[in-house]
Amino acid sequence: MLAKRIIPCLDVKDGRVVKGTNFVNLRDAGAAVELAKRYYEEGADELVFLDITASEEKRKTLLKLIEDVAAVIRIPFTVGGGISELDDIDKLLKSGCDKVSLNTSIVKRPELISEAANRFGSQAIVAAIDIKQVGSTHKIFIKGGKEETDKFGMLWCIECFERGAGEILLTSMDKDGTKDGYDNDFLKELCEKVSIPVIASGGAGTKEHFLQTFRDTNADACLAASLFHYNELGIGELKSYLAENNIEVRI
Amino acid sequence: MIALIDYGAGNTASVANVLKDLNTEYIITNRESEICKSDKIIFPGVGEASFAIRKLNLFNLINLLRIVKKPFLGICLGMQLMCDESDEGNVKCLGIFPSRCKMFEGNDIKVPHMGWNKVEFVKGSKLFDGLASDERFYFAHSYYVPTNEYTIASCNYGIDFATAMEKGNYYGVQFHPEKSGPAGIQIVRNFVEKC
Repeated sequence: MLAKRIIPCLDVKDGRVVKGTNFVNLRDAGAAVELAKRYYEEGADELVFLDITASEEKRKTLLKLIEDVAAVIRIPFTVGGGISELDDIDKLLKSGCDKVSLNTSIVKRPELISEAANRFGSQAIVAAIDIKQVGSTHKIFIKGGKEETDKFGMLWCIECFERGAGEILLTSMDKDGTKDGYDNDFLKELCEKVSIPVIASGGAGTKEHFLQTFRDTNADACLAASLFHYNELGIGELKSYLAENNIEVRI
Repeated sequence: MIALIDYGAGNTASVANVLKDLNTEYIITNRESEICKSDKIIFPGVGEASFAIRKLNLFNLINLLRIVKKPFLGICLGMQLMCDESDEGNVKCLGIFPSRCKMFEGNDIKVPHMGWNKVEFVKGSKLFDGLASDERFYFAHSYYVPTNEYTIASCNYGIDFATAMEKGNYYGVQFHPEKSGPAGIQIVRNFVEKC
């Protein structure tokens, strides 16, 4: 049986890991490569890097980061942040990452999903989707959560699946940074509507939150950032807890 | 010297990093002459089957890879391309293993098969030295090779499928040893040192 995955997420700015609450108020959590190595040794199943560097040097620093990370870890990792061209994806994958996550660029040009999936395989293309409750529905936000779009949450997730994304990384902006638990209602419905793996993101505060999401929804993986960065919860401790509660994990 | 075949879509960097860990000399290449000079061949695969076969044709490597007598390890798509043919792009492949790759189907499974799954060793192989059956390895694929007479390890995802195969000097693994932590490194080490 496929193990449920635990994925630390590293928001990277100029090679340092930062984390904010509700997408703002960034604080420093250490050098990206060192943290990546620590998580690999602690038993993380996979890592996600979101590059939030906003400069012209961005592409060069990102490629260097991937090479440095690939040199020290032997588990898969995903890289995202401002990726909009097929040739960029090619360079990133060749530098040693396994998947790229696409967010703003696919909202602006949805064809990019199928173009990328056809060239690199669906398994390399992650649709990163940021949702936020607006009135009685969920809307899609882009540009790191700064800009509301006219797309609806569930419909856009289904469109990404239909266009060939290999995985959905779903972040609830309402939950992100609150340590209040994942958005299990949305995740449950999402997993019933798409037949690709789904990664839950936003809201993890305790190990019970991971258990709840794996029990109540068919999500394949849970992602968290600050909880791991500041040693509030160890990955080994979390996985033992999940195993004791009959969740299949890789120990 | 290990020849690491680069046909333009595979992720050679990750396999190269493992070979560096093992202090093994390697060359990343798509040239027949350099592959002929090497002692062993690793064929990592990521991407789409018919694209990969077109590239192998372009580099004039198909015949060489079909008849080569050196130890040869295909990884993921690399293993699938060692079969007769694949449903992915409906393409004729190298024809080493008498099988046709099929896409995962079924209402209860998600495709791609992505993540860490248990691998059962069904026949002894040097590739598995020092490892226990039921170890977890990392998978990321939508197509699979049905179980056949050359299967040395299997895994269940909706159905049992060939997770590793061996035939003479040819070895194939469906999972990514270069992304499967210490157990995966052991597979590469066994190939480099024992096969």
